[in-house]
Amino acid sequence: MAVGPASVVGPARLAARTARRRGVLEREGVFSWLMLAPGVAFLLAFVAYPFFYGIFLSLQDRRVASPGVFVGLANFVTLAQDPIFWQVTRNTFVYTTVATLLKILGGLAMALVINQHFRGRNLARAFLLLPFIVPTVLSTVAWMWILDPTFSVINWTLLQTGLVTQTFSWLGNATLAMVSIIGVNTWRGVPFYGITLLAGLQTISPDLYEAAAIDGASVTQRFWYITLPVLKPVLIIVTMFSVIFTFSDFQLPYVLTHGGPANATHLFATWAFDIGMSAGQLGMGAAVALAMLPALSLLIVALTLYLRRE
Amino acid sequence: MMAGGRGLGRRFLRLYLPLGFFLVAMLFPFYWMAITSIKPNRELYNPRIMPLIVHQPVLTHYVDLLDQTNFLTWTYNTLLVAVVTTVVSLVLGTMMAYPLARTNFPGAAIVAIGVAATYLVPQPLLFIPMSDIINRLDLGNTLSAVMLTYPTLLIPFCAWLLMGYFKSVPRELEEAARIDGASRFQAMVQIVLPLCTPGLLSAGIFAFTLAQNEFLYALIFLTKSDVRTVPVGAITELIRGDVFYWGQLMAAALLGSVPVAVIYSFFVDYYVAGLTAGSVKS
Repeated sequence: MAVGPASVVGPARLAARTARRRGVLEREGVFSWLMLAPGVAFLLAFVAYPFFYGIFLSLQDRRVASPGVFVGLANFVTLAQDPIFWQVTRNTFVYTTVATLLKILGGLAMALVINQHFRGRNLARAFLLLPFIVPTVLSTVAWMWILDPTFSVINWTLLQTGLVTQTFSWLGNATLAMVSIIGVNTWRGVPFYGITLLAGLQTISPDLYEAAAIDGASVTQRFWYITLPVLKPVLIIVTMFSVIFTFSDFQLPYVLTHGGPANATHLFATWAFDIGMSAGQLGMGAAVALAMLPALSLLIVALTLYLRRE
Repeated sequence: MMAGGRGLGRRFLRLYLPLGFFLVAMLFPFYWMAITSIKPNRELYNPRIMPLIVHQPVLTHYVDLLDQTNFLTWTYNTLLVAVVTTVVSLVLGTMMAYPLARTNFPGAAIVAIGVAATYLVPQPLLFIPMSDIINRLDLGNTLSAVMLTYPTLLIPFCAWLLMGYFKSVPRELEEAARIDGASRFQAMVQIVLPLCTPGLLSAGIFAFTLAQNEFLYALIFLTKSDVRTVPVGAITELIRGDVFYWGQLMAAALLGSVPVAVIYSFFVDYYVAGLTAGSVKS
């Protein structure tokens, strides 16, 4: 076994050298902390510090390039009295809830379909995952053109088939714009659910289904009493994970609708960006971003504990 | 073999029909991206022409994209940042995951929880304070700004993924090496890491994809054309006010997806392993 020069040295000298080297550095705690130090220091400086600095900012009236003034909870009070804030809150919850339900159903269906035996299965799986790996902004650009007010291919198809006589303004109408961002988010997220749930399905032994079938269990019963219970832990983790990143989504609504029309598709992240970056009100922007914290921290704590338990 | 016509019918309903639906639904936007990028403007902006196919393909949008914009610079920036941040995150992630997975030391539980929690903290929670910090460090409009911030997303991910792989290597191997005189560090580099090559590949490929996908920090920190990444360049320079350069946008979207798609096509299995490692116990 290649373990470095030590193995070719005689036993006596080896013992002496080893003893010296197994000094302080070889102590478990010292070695561990030396290895951890760079990463921990980096995460403290660029995740923990910004997090607390964000709380500090949210308590200030702070514009770009000017010193901040401490205002206590004034930013949060202003937000609570702003109808747009409540609209954004509702948007975010609607977006997260509907998209998540659609992704669970779509992903489950996709996993069950690919879990069958057929030629080209690996190839199909590789292609189906494409929406999830292509950079979001770039695929969303394609969707912008698919949903274009004048040249939408969806409108063209609907008109051609005679299903409608009037075209839809997919991104210009408040309800349809929400439908659109939910649709595109679902499109991108279904493969993630599908492929991870497929991995869960593949851990189920076929014997289990056979035994159940012999005992007279119907297809539906097998799904409810074998498939779902086995998938449950995977489904919980994937869903919590996806909820966190759907709830705080920025890229997709920013590119597709910019939060419009009239704030109808603003989520916390895009609204915080508009206030903090575009309008330069760092303090207020930080407060908007922190409005995500109660829901997010519940999810993060729950998922962290769940992952640790595994 | 199929058991007669009825079996074939059932197979069609349960497999080919839904499979076909999913393939069309998932891939149509890419088809649309591709054909839009080679349509001449007179086809693009004529609602009376059947849009589903290209009648007279042209490469003008690609020529314009390369000629009139900094697309090649954006591509170079994107790849440079992705490679550097992936390597840095892989190294630091490995250094964090190893002791967490294989040694007992005071504070291990807290660090492990911290890693999981930072992995789950979404960017939008941090970008406003981060923008102020980058400003104070005077790093605006430098690639260092994104090289410094992307690892905040990638290190916790790499560490978390690798912990699982490191745990799977039997302790006896490492102990044997140490009895032979190897230090802890040597045992890690020469025994455990080679056995975890699939994990390192998964983490690296996944991190590379995440780095290519990043948009928010790049949008905030990179406001000059020659430091932009592909997604930011496309969104800010191929859309000017109300004017959308659709052909060029699609060409940029397609070309910008190529590096990820190529890497992905070579390492699909590692990618899928990385994707599922966190959620499915092996």
